[in-house]
Amino acid sequence: MKQLVILSGKGGTGKTTVAAALAHLASKETPVVLADADVDAANLELVLSPQVQETHDFVGGQVAVIASDLCTACGVCAEVCRFEAIIPGDETYRVDDIACEGCASCFYQCPVEAIRMEEQVAGRWFRSDTRFGPLFHAHLFAAQENSGKLVTLVKQQGRLRALDEGRELLIVDGPPGIGCPVISASAGADLALLVVEPTVSGIHDLERILATTNHFGVPALVCINKADINPSRADEISAFCAAQGIALLGRVPYDTVVTEAMVQGLPVTEYDNGPVSRELGRVWERVRERLA
Amino acid sequence: MIIAVASGKGGTGKTTVAVNLALSIASQRAGEVDSRTLLLDCDVEEPNAHLFLNPTIERREEVGILIPEVDYDKCTFCGRCAEVCAYHAIAVVKQKVLIFPELCHGCGSCTLNCPEEAIHEVLNVTGAIEEGQAGDIRFAHGILNIGEAMAVPVIHQLKERIGEADLRPQSVVVLDASPGTSCPVVEAMRGADFVLMVTEPTPFGLHDLRLAVEVARDELGLPVGVVINRDGVGDRGVEDYCAAENIPVLMRIPLDRRIAEAYSEGVTMVAAWPEYRERFVELYRSIEKEVA
Repeated sequence: MKQLVILSGKGGTGKTTVAAALAHLASKETPVVLADADVDAANLELVLSPQVQETHDFVGGQVAVIASDLCTACGVCAEVCRFEAIIPGDETYRVDDIACEGCASCFYQCPVEAIRMEEQVAGRWFRSDTRFGPLFHAHLFAAQENSGKLVTLVKQQGRLRALDEGRELLIVDGPPGIGCPVISASAGADLALLVVEPTVSGIHDLERILATTNHFGVPALVCINKADINPSRADEISAFCAAQGIALLGRVPYDTVVTEAMVQGLPVTEYDNGPVSRELGRVWERVRERLA
Repeated sequence: MIIAVASGKGGTGKTTVAVNLALSIASQRAGEVDSRTLLLDCDVEEPNAHLFLNPTIERREEVGILIPEVDYDKCTFCGRCAEVCAYHAIAVVKQKVLIFPELCHGCGSCTLNCPEEAIHEVLNVTGAIEEGQAGDIRFAHGILNIGEAMAVPVIHQLKERIGEADLRPQSVVVLDASPGTSCPVVEAMRGADFVLMVTEPTPFGLHDLRLAVEVARDELGLPVGVVINRDGVGDRGVEDYCAAENIPVLMRIPLDRRIAEAYSEGVTMVAAWPEYRERFVELYRSIEKEVA
């Protein structure tokens, strides 16, 4: 079983568009499992019409809770808290559970044992059926922490399912950025497909995501999206990839058909046979060769 | 006035709006002694605002979190530090204390709980803050080091610049947040007077806008307004949502390939089309009215 992760560094370059197209194209040839690792803002479900089969709570971490009847407002908790999560009051202190990182420092230091640690349901994860194969996805609740932990969980579930059913490919739609959820999304991947746009920020962010995948030893490939918005910047990316010894798999043109497909709730390759879909078809063929 | 620019979905134009808004306010207020315009790029995983503002960097400071270091002359290997660590960042094995910096949140609980006072803390560098000047704008951004998971401490220390920056009564601070809805975005929004949501009128844009509004308005209790970028693409979902939720649409930027092309070269809208300056000043005035 192989694991392919779609990343970009910069947000909004077309990761989910590419992931949905690859899910569609790959599933015609081989049994696949899909995982949406962007648990902050999961969008793959919007173009795969998933039927949810299972829903589970995700316990992220703990938060401190102050018992107001025991609190003497001595202020020790606020002194030891490094996350500005204690809200002082005249008679009793309170915890700002959005700021609380669950370190339990206050719990240990409170002289009257007025603080307890409570587990917090920080999100939900789902196992769904789609016409391309099983989808594992999640919703982290607003303003929660531990998105990396939830990403790991969603991916592990996808992996186990793929191994159980002998499915050969796990496609992971990754989050933007280079930090904790991205590190979790790329752990154990056989290949990372980096979706880049030909802009100064796209190039800047490509360098950082590529340094990140290199750092964790995940081989990377590049696909340029909206390539014709700036052909000379696209050439610059091409030269950069050549210098780094990274394969450039395709140049997908800018086309509002991508948005039209999204409005219809379909992967673009299922919606249309134009230049965008044809180029994504070539990208899939090359990804398949690399995974073999 | 502190304005956080956010979106949920990546690539909707947060940096475009943040940069053009700051430039327009700064040029209108040039020469006013009681006013300064600051731009803080809080997308420390993929900071891009500098590519458009080209600031002269005057100061660079390494930042990170305080992690424990054990004084083996005092340590009795009692294991209390490992026991109290909520992040499993410490393991005590025989005559050794193993510390995993990538798991440590820098809460200091181990230091406080060590019965022998055998722990002191040292800075584990995870990123840097650069500060400088871009024309009339005071500029700073954070840069998370490659391979580091935790963006929040870098954002937190970047935002301390707001306090140190010799603010005048009429100063305006524009914060450019990262995509998503979890802890880095919360850290960026915290303490803002207003959250400006930049979205695109597509199903992905709407889905992630809802989540970002949940964070800003429902969790943090901040006033929000929307900028619709690429107006004309997609569907009416965002308009209908904003009307139903009573969220003001403060500006519309049309879908225009020339704007995307200028962006791709790092050219700001106000430089390419000076008439936009007045529109961004108007945007600022409408934010002032919303906050008042």
